[in-house]
Amino acid sequence: MSVQPLVDQLKGGLDAPICLTWELTYACNLDCVHCLSSSGRRDPRELTTDEAKAVLDELHELQVFYINIGGGEPMIRRDFFELLEYSIELGIGVKFSTNGAFIDADNAHRLAAMDYLDIQISLDGTDAPTNDAVRGAGSYDTAIAAMDHLRAAGFEDFKISVVVTRHNVDQLDEFKALADEYGATLRITRLRPSGRGADSWHDLHPTQAQQRQIYEWLLAKGDDVLTGDSFFHLNALGDSSPESQLSGLNMCGAGRVVCLIDPIGDVYACPFVIHDQFHAGSVRDQGGFTSVWRESQLFTELREPQSAGACSSCGSFDACQGGCMAAKFFVGIPLDGPDPECVDGHGDEAVEAAIAAAANGETVVPTPSMDHSKPQRVAVALTRR
Amino acid sequence: MLDQALELHPKVALRREPFGALAYHYDTRRLVFLKHPDVVRVVESLERHDSVADTLSACDIDPARWASFDRALTSLYESEMLHERATTG
Repeated sequence: MSVQPLVDQLKGGLDAPICLTWELTYACNLDCVHCLSSSGRRDPRELTTDEAKAVLDELHELQVFYINIGGGEPMIRRDFFELLEYSIELGIGVKFSTNGAFIDADNAHRLAAMDYLDIQISLDGTDAPTNDAVRGAGSYDTAIAAMDHLRAAGFEDFKISVVVTRHNVDQLDEFKALADEYGATLRITRLRPSGRGADSWHDLHPTQAQQRQIYEWLLAKGDDVLTGDSFFHLNALGDSSPESQLSGLNMCGAGRVVCLIDPIGDVYACPFVIHDQFHAGSVRDQGGFTSVWRESQLFTELREPQSAGACSSCGSFDACQGGCMAAKFFVGIPLDGPDPECVDGHGDEAVEAAIAAAANGETVVPTPSMDHSKPQRVAVALTRR
Repeated sequence: MLDQALELHPKVALRREPFGALAYHYDTRRLVFLKHPDVVRVVESLERHDSVADTLSACDIDPARWASFDRALTSLYESEMLHERATTG
């Protein structure tokens, strides 16, 4: 069957996204140091219930099978259940991420009664000190209490969602055991320097040795662990054999199969690039989300063949595809430069060069376009190099 | 697989795309790619024929390609995107 390889087809974009993330609100009860959307306070321009339903109607027309809802803390929205039920009635499945604060016994039963619903409880440590250092005091107990409520309500197979950091990477086996204990599925994803993560990334991101540790753990034990295909940069550690490659799509899906709708309806190329440079339009624009997805200049550009740039002479390019655009962008590396966590060691040089260029005033390291952090936020004890 | 009567699982939705289609199973949450428009045509026609072979004939699929269709449909069957259908008659 002589069609273009699937990955090439996907790079050229689809008629509708496969994986659409919708951050419902910037409001959050927590203040995580790595929050990709710098959430905290509600934005007064937030989409109304009617506007949100109109977006869901559009996604139904586009035959989007499911959406990933996040925030902020999405359950803070008073119309959260109304939107959830509306989406599911339209046949759009929902996976939502929550810190669990609003999952009490009643809500757990309500959630357990719904079809086509997946819940991801965010947890970044298998003990309170490890988790709470990143997610805030009391957040470990909150998450465990939510998991207990879900289990008691008979909610089957919820997900425990972990952002892998330098400090929890040694707990992967324990996370898996915790998930097994709850009849849950473990999901681990890559830390990006997005949102407040830009400030904490240098201190939290896994070391080179730990990158290999994650890769080997996924190869050995990752069969029933979800990753959102976020660790594809680690494939450069493998050889050309299929068994040395992590499962999943080995490419950056931004603007091609993935995008983000933020709480005020702005559409970005992916959840990790809330910045003007990756802003494609708004669901409030004429033509709505569909036009933004199909016709925006940014998405059209992202679907054109991308230059391998500095990585073109590297033998690992086919395996890692140059890595993650968002990870490069927010540490100041050019988009055709190496991933800051390049496992062939080019990342450290690139990060150093970016820091030096910024220090000399030659470049400016981009900062997130919006910050909804709570004003009373106590500065975290992390240093920005 | 060629002599079996199959159909799309009722919990599976297809979405046409330039390369073929996406198939999403609402129960297993599994997403697969139907990587050729002819595969999509065949999958959509399965329910109207008594066997896979009848479907392939009806869809004018060159017999030289039947083996590859057999493999593609077997893989879809194994991932529960297709299931067996009781034939009437």
